[in-house]
Amino acid sequence: MTAVVEENTASSAPESQAGAVASFEVTLRIRRYNPEVSAEPTWEEHTVTAYGTDRVLDALHKIKWETDGSLTFRRSCAHGVCGSDAMRINGRNRLACKTLLKDINPDKPITVEPIKGLPVVKDLVVDMEPFFASYREIMPFLVTSGNEPSREHLQSQADRDRFDDTTKCILCAACTSSCPVFWTDGQYFGPAAIVNAHRFIFDSRDEAATQRLEILNDKEGVWRCRTTFNCTEACPRGIEVTKAIQEVKRAMITRAF
Amino acid sequence: MQTHQYDVVIVGAGGAGMRAALEASKDARTAVISKLYPTRSHTGAAQGGMAAALANVEDDNWEWHTFDTVKGGDYLVDQDAAEILAKEAIDSVLDLERMGLPFNRTPEGRIDQRRFGGHTREHGQAAVRRACYAADRTGHMILQTLYQNCVKQDVEFFNEFYVLDLLTDHDLTTEELDDDAEVNATGVVAYDLASGEIHVFQAKAIIFATGGAGKIFKTTSNAHTLTGDGMALAYRRGLPLEDMEFFQFHPTGLAGLGILLSEAARGEGGILRNADGERFMERYAPTIKDLAPRDIVARSMANEVREGRGAGPNKDYVLLDLTHLEPAHIDAKLPDITEFARTYLGIEPYTEPVPVYPTAHYAMGGVPTNVKGEVLRDSHNVVKGLYAAGEVACVSVHGSNRLGTNSLLDINVFGKRSGRSAAAYAKTVEQHLPIQENPTERVEAQLSEMRDRPDGERVAEVRKALQETMDANAQVFRTNESLQQAADDIRELQKRYRNVSVQDKGTLFNTDLLEAIELGFLLDIAEVTVLAALNRRESRGGHYREDFPDRDDTNYMLHTMAYRRPTSAPDAADGHVEGYFDHVEDFGDYKVVLGSKPVTQTRYEPMERKY
Repeated sequence: MTAVVEENTASSAPESQAGAVASFEVTLRIRRYNPEVSAEPTWEEHTVTAYGTDRVLDALHKIKWETDGSLTFRRSCAHGVCGSDAMRINGRNRLACKTLLKDINPDKPITVEPIKGLPVVKDLVVDMEPFFASYREIMPFLVTSGNEPSREHLQSQADRDRFDDTTKCILCAACTSSCPVFWTDGQYFGPAAIVNAHRFIFDSRDEAATQRLEILNDKEGVWRCRTTFNCTEACPRGIEVTKAIQEVKRAMITRAF
Repeated sequence: MQTHQYDVVIVGAGGAGMRAALEASKDARTAVISKLYPTRSHTGAAQGGMAAALANVEDDNWEWHTFDTVKGGDYLVDQDAAEILAKEAIDSVLDLERMGLPFNRTPEGRIDQRRFGGHTREHGQAAVRRACYAADRTGHMILQTLYQNCVKQDVEFFNEFYVLDLLTDHDLTTEELDDDAEVNATGVVAYDLASGEIHVFQAKAIIFATGGAGKIFKTTSNAHTLTGDGMALAYRRGLPLEDMEFFQFHPTGLAGLGILLSEAARGEGGILRNADGERFMERYAPTIKDLAPRDIVARSMANEVREGRGAGPNKDYVLLDLTHLEPAHIDAKLPDITEFARTYLGIEPYTEPVPVYPTAHYAMGGVPTNVKGEVLRDSHNVVKGLYAAGEVACVSVHGSNRLGTNSLLDINVFGKRSGRSAAAYAKTVEQHLPIQENPTERVEAQLSEMRDRPDGERVAEVRKALQETMDANAQVFRTNESLQQAADDIRELQKRYRNVSVQDKGTLFNTDLLEAIELGFLLDIAEVTVLAALNRRESRGGHYREDFPDRDDTNYMLHTMAYRRPTSAPDAADGHVEGYFDHVEDFGDYKVVLGSKPVTQTRYEPMERKY
């Protein structure tokens, strides 16, 4: 089924007026899937009027709110910090709320699909449970022993900076679901879990690095990484994901188990 | 329908909910029900810091922090609660550090601290470094750290479950109860988004930690999901809402978008300028200038624009200037917000000032609680087994205007307190109280009515109209006329709401249906916000009435308590609504009655608020 919806272009006509923001037409080609309707996914096109600061999320909302309420996707904060709306936009994983329409050549239809490697629930919504299960497995929490300090643990700013990059992770799954290893082997921990292990392995306060490295030394662990850099490219937070994975690999070799 | 039994059920998995869960789950069988995955909660969008008088970088103490909080809230703060907030702040921050939170550090390796609006030393002498922070993603790090510790402690979550009803053993909307009658909360009814199934959670204690309601406004820093669910559910079940007229407009939203740029930008030295390049805050707050509390800065900005000194082609915003700061300093302390400016407006903050304008940010009001987190059903009686913490609640530590960094503090202090109180109470209850017959009746009727209505107006149209009237009429500047316009518009929109329809008629992951339900919450919250604002004929904190520009302690040194009652119920004259304001709005099938609650004053006499 293809439904091309022409929005009322008259509403965008007075763009030449002083102070008015220029508008443009953009077509989204969206992969739809609703198991209550059909077992097979379909592609649907919608054309909407957009403005300079509009993001892919705005276009999706416009379609959902004005044309087809059944279009289903997750979103919350709408400015790139909650990690709800990772999707595959023109073949690349991005957050819909952080991707400006004008930046992705609106002259051609923009394809929007769910992220890959996780079961699709409906339209752009995937089942995130396998993703969070991997995250939970790498002990994503500070482990210390002995008496708690009465004030804070001391940590130099340099030690704090050592793992700064990987604290930025918002668990959106853009990295993991861009990884070709993860696509073919859903058992692979995936970049996001390794990033979150890195965040603790390199935290000077933590004492469970060895256990985490053992977990990631598993056959589904870091050694599956083929260094394709898809994850680094996909990360909406600019985390050097591949570098973090390499650092974990190096820690395995250099640290005694 | 599925049923579950827990000792403690927590609704909401943001900072307050998860902080409560970490306490409650140590002592009681606990479940957390959240409409989002926990790490999606809007605590994660908080940026600048969490206040605590650690005195790690300069002299400070909790008494100064208490005073700043009371003064910042324009003396509508309950001072006993503010004192608890400031005292327990210190342990709250240390708790988080020991849980793993990666705070920025001082050269000695201690938690670093920076300046923030309204936080001063020696009762207003000068700005003090009190905000503990992790770059400009402090909220993100708090949310992640709390979730990490929930994983460590094996806390049980029901994710993407929408709580749509609160169950109590007395119907407070219709029953007339004696003053000290016992009312118990018995459970909640939730909707599983993935399957469309209804679940009943029976609980000995329930904690509401559902967050705010910023989506009643068009320009807001709040997430799409902040639709006031918890506030509206309590209100619909006959519980009062406190101080709803006080809504905070954060000064620095990205112009036109409302995306938050932390006050930390000014804490780190950023300056607000008008179109002439003038540092206008020098005129409005000569002592602490750009670091005045948010209500004052937001009004000053709006005033600059109104008087024609706004910047840009339409002269409708002011400028946040960071260009005098070292790029390396900006990268170290403010990386995220500068990226927002680049991503969303194409502005390079190293070299260009950033267009900003106030954005609806935070509800000071909410479900009234005492300092243990127990929810009040009037000015003094609690509902047994019902707790609230965080933005949904009103303790009231924020009074009429919250200071920056006090909300991340609030969720930790009162999240912890309510978690402990709820678990301790649950242990004293031997058996779950019976829940009402057909507990899902109301929710099922509501859902099927909405889903089955064959056609009607679109949800988004009604929501847009609501947000537009709120922005136009109930924002930084308010008058009787503007608020009456908003009230009339909302009344009309409530009617239109009864005729909206959803297009998605399915059972799986039906976000169309849930957006329609959320719109109902928004309308109720907007309505009570506007009615409370109409009633308060004074200006205080975040509530500014141009027709009553002064604070009026004689008549309004009182918390507003708004109750929804059936039209048939007697008005307050019979004494059931304390401190009755003589303001009743009749909506046909229900009415809103405005009562009051005294403000707790301990050591600080109200003074004129100058900065």
